[in-house]
Amino acid sequence: MPVPEYDLVVIGAGVVGSALAREFTLRGRSVALVDARSDVGDATSKANTAILHTGFDATPGTTESRLVARGYRLLSDYAAKAGIPVEPLGALLVAWDDEQLAALPGLAEKAAANGYHETRLLDPAELARREPHLGPGALGALEVPGESIICPWTTTLAFATEAVRHGAELLLGHTVTGAEPGAGHTVLHTDRGPVRARSVVNAAGLGSDHVHAMFGHESFTITPRRGQLIVFDKLARSLVNHILLPVPTKMGKGVLVSPTVYGNVMLGPTAEDLTDRSATESTEDGLAMLREKGNRIVPALLREEVTTIYAGLRAATEFGDYQISFHPDQRYVCVGGIRSTGLTSSLAIAEYVGAELAGWPGEAMPGPRADVVPPQMPYLGQVDVRPAEDAELIAKDRAYGEIVCFCERVSRGEIRDALHSEIAPSTVEGLRRRTRAGMGRCQGFYCGAVVSRMVDEGADAPVKAEAVK
Amino acid sequence: MNERIRHDVDVAVIGGGPAGLAAAVALRQAGVERVEVLERELVAGGIPRHSAHTGYGLRDLRRIMTGPAYARRYAALAAVAGVTVRTTTMVTGWSGDGGLEVTAPDGLSVVHASAVLMATGARERPRPARWVPGDRGQGVYTTGQLQQTVYLHGRPVGRRAIVVGAEHVGFSAMMTLRHAGVEVAALTTELPRHQSYLPFHLGARWMLRVPVLTGTRVVAVRGKPRLAEVELERVADGHRWTEACDTVVFTGDWVPDHELARTAGVGMDARTLGPVIDATGATSTPGLFAAGNLCHPVETADVAALSGRHAGRSIARWLAGRAASAAGAGVPIEVDGPLAWTSPQRISSSADLPARGRVILRPSVFARLPRVRVSQGDRVLWQGRLPQFVPSRPALLPASWLARVDPSGAAVRIEALV
Repeated sequence: MPVPEYDLVVIGAGVVGSALAREFTLRGRSVALVDARSDVGDATSKANTAILHTGFDATPGTTESRLVARGYRLLSDYAAKAGIPVEPLGALLVAWDDEQLAALPGLAEKAAANGYHETRLLDPAELARREPHLGPGALGALEVPGESIICPWTTTLAFATEAVRHGAELLLGHTVTGAEPGAGHTVLHTDRGPVRARSVVNAAGLGSDHVHAMFGHESFTITPRRGQLIVFDKLARSLVNHILLPVPTKMGKGVLVSPTVYGNVMLGPTAEDLTDRSATESTEDGLAMLREKGNRIVPALLREEVTTIYAGLRAATEFGDYQISFHPDQRYVCVGGIRSTGLTSSLAIAEYVGAELAGWPGEAMPGPRADVVPPQMPYLGQVDVRPAEDAELIAKDRAYGEIVCFCERVSRGEIRDALHSEIAPSTVEGLRRRTRAGMGRCQGFYCGAVVSRMVDEGADAPVKAEAVK
Repeated sequence: MNERIRHDVDVAVIGGGPAGLAAAVALRQAGVERVEVLERELVAGGIPRHSAHTGYGLRDLRRIMTGPAYARRYAALAAVAGVTVRTTTMVTGWSGDGGLEVTAPDGLSVVHASAVLMATGARERPRPARWVPGDRGQGVYTTGQLQQTVYLHGRPVGRRAIVVGAEHVGFSAMMTLRHAGVEVAALTTELPRHQSYLPFHLGARWMLRVPVLTGTRVVAVRGKPRLAEVELERVADGHRWTEACDTVVFTGDWVPDHELARTAGVGMDARTLGPVIDATGATSTPGLFAAGNLCHPVETADVAALSGRHAGRSIARWLAGRAASAAGAGVPIEVDGPLAWTSPQRISSSADLPARGRVILRPSVFARLPRVRVSQGDRVLWQGRLPQFVPSRPALLPASWLARVDPSGAAVRIEALV
């Protein structure tokens, strides 16, 4: 069998890799998007804090600072067109002691140095008015009105869907095992056969240093940093109005409390430097720490039910900045060390890498097509109208009025659409990220059995109403 | 895009489980014309539909049958009584003027009723809601999900299971697992004894020879993509060990499905997590009633049905102008000590008795012949002994003392001495 050859291979179908694949397909390149997992966005990208950052607190002058600020604008615009849920709630950096209070003006200056001038200091009275359920003892806050919450799953899926729609080949379940950079092309070895491409982009997240080493570079090491998060019930949503950020201190960035676009409230993350790149479990210590922090920030939150608990690993390195490097001699780009800001900066990273590559001898890519319309993604947020609330849609198709997942109000029509979509889920977890079926407070008590059956047998499989004899 | 069709009925019942169906039947029998049950599942009948063992119907129907047969029986009773049961029909919220916002395959509507009964039941706390850390691998169930997987969908589960919880439903989960060909390694409970009924417990243990690990809690679940082990801890001395299994079922630990009750703005009980009700099932909002496991999580299906029947009769009396309107006023009932909660929680009229003439108490300890005292201020209204206390099982307190409550007096206190 001939080895397929592409203009470009992007390793890693997370949010950054998917944005890169999209960029290159819109520039008319043939692209393969390769990932070891069975779904896009199934590693680091699925488990972050879901915040669309202004970049106000980045270190001025870094690549990260530039790309987050640019990515914020690009993704805000893209999300509006693609139907990705975004809520511009604004953030409050809440000071709980004198040291933190004293740090707020400096953070405002830092924001200004990053080109963000809309911050404002709030006194305790205004803070209490804006966040009446805040725990006692808050001394003031810095308001960052532009900080927003976003759906990370829809973002990755939209990029990957658009890439596939414009011809990208999605090679899921392909673990990259080696690379042979050659004069005109590189052969990538995977556990399911070789893939040839003229150029290779490494967006392998937690594995980006390993892929980097396959090209003979050892300029950074990934030390996975685990973040455990607790998601509280939707009935807690009225307790929190803004993204409540901690004031960063010498001790690190700390724990935040934030609404989610799905109407929950999130508490986390922890920050634990690990060596195991698969250690995505939550721990007793982690949960105890979050419980204690949450109890201080919004005590009433801890009286609500927990909907879910998860953990993600950030691709941290020994450096403060992104590890983006270009190796035109090998026709290789490394996009490594992208931590939690990668969701925000994804489109800006793609734009930056695309423009840089276009300047390489022999590449001379055209600019990205401007005439394309982003895919319309299924809407998972709480602010706009979901299908089961849309009378016109239900009148056209009864399946949107048949609610299968009660907690999240997910209809059979939405599950069917997801199972028939361009990048169809192969697992219950994949379906959850596309529809939220099974992600609600009952965690499958009511719908788990039927949803798992629909994944295995198809959305149109008849669902038995009576007990099996 | 959000046009809703208006639909008027006399009484809307939210939830077509035993409580809702029994209430609807009682309402029709009392002469109420348009009684409509709104059920979000494909068929009515509630949890018993997927609880395919026997033991249902003793207290309400005076016979014993399987869960699915019991569910079918109630659906048939509702049909005979002339109740409209709308399935695949979900109440998603409240309209601004007190109507019910409803989603169904035939469209969006808003249902207006002279009285509404919430009978939305209860669910088990899933693993994250119990703050149990670990991986998010497959093979972690609640009894509800397990029994639907096995009995409604006939799908495979795993090979070796741990059941967390040893109240009645834990044994029910064990039987379901055995039915599905899964080896049950153990049941665990943090309490010093199981909490099931003795014949059921003995029968199940004798037949299946499954150990009950008492004084034991689950501290973590591990394994992905499939569960591989659970870590257990002996509460007494902190000793920890792991047990290999690919399936774990979190049973019991019920929480009411109270979203609609909370968003209705009625007074809520911080102990049951359900709405505060009086003896008639009235909430603090006139015309809005609650019954079944939404109010007392969780009782057996027949107790839920009797609670619904009682609420149905109360609503009919209220519609006829012959009963108190709401549990907002009146006298609260308070419990403390080894009592976790009581239902009802308010007395709006000393003329009304609760379902079965009993107040339901939920003890948090085991006790034989516990002494219970009911008092209002300095006056002792009742005192005596109950047969026993078992955590997570009801202790039934005769409510004859209700007639002696001073409706303008202080809170009624129920104390237990064990």
